[in-house]
Amino acid sequence: MAQQTGDIKYLTPINVDTKKKKYCRFKKAGIKYIDYKDADFLLKFVNEQGKLLPRRITGTSTKYQKKVAQAVKRARHLALMPYVADMLK
Amino acid sequence: MANQYETVFIMTPVLSDDQMKETVAKYQKLLKDKGAEIVMEHNWGLKKLAYPIQKKSTGFYYLIEFKAGGEIVRDIELAFKRDERIIRFLTVKLDKHAVAYNEKKRKKAQEEQPQEA
Repeated sequence: MAQQTGDIKYLTPINVDTKKKKYCRFKKAGIKYIDYKDADFLLKFVNEQGKLLPRRITGTSTKYQKKVAQAVKRARHLALMPYVADMLK
Repeated sequence: MANQYETVFIMTPVLSDDQMKETVAKYQKLLKDKGAEIVMEHNWGLKKLAYPIQKKSTGFYYLIEFKAGGEIVRDIELAFKRDERIIRFLTVKLDKHAVAYNEKKRKKAQEEQPQEA
């Protein structure tokens, strides 16, 4: 009754879904070259079927997403990573 | 115009140790004869393939890094295609970042080795 006009006041600040800013891990760590021979690392950029994850999920910048894609494709050619898989993770 | 290349090839697992060494020696010789300078080579040994190739589920991996002109790539890839002991190969040109990365990795490996020994 007392607060009919003003803003609603909370005792503790409510958790307004503050989105965590995504960042490009290559830019942040200063990695310039993505090794196609390191299959364990590339595994981070594919889903459990072995398909490439979109930038929207990994946060990788366009420049490095291209390189990731290239590296994954090379790794697949050399049978270091599967083209199709099930339950990869 | 010397570029730096890196080639990985997979040999059939049916080869014996000697046959494998002979195959590797053949390509080393081929590269040297054409005037390439071998920077680094690494034997990964027998590895499981992520999917079967020519009904084989394993293969001997071998990596050679070399400096040479671009014409050599065509020659060596032709030799790979004609060789039935090779089931898969990939040659990549290394840019300056890749060269730096490989050198760093090599140095790291060298530093670690004496500690182990």
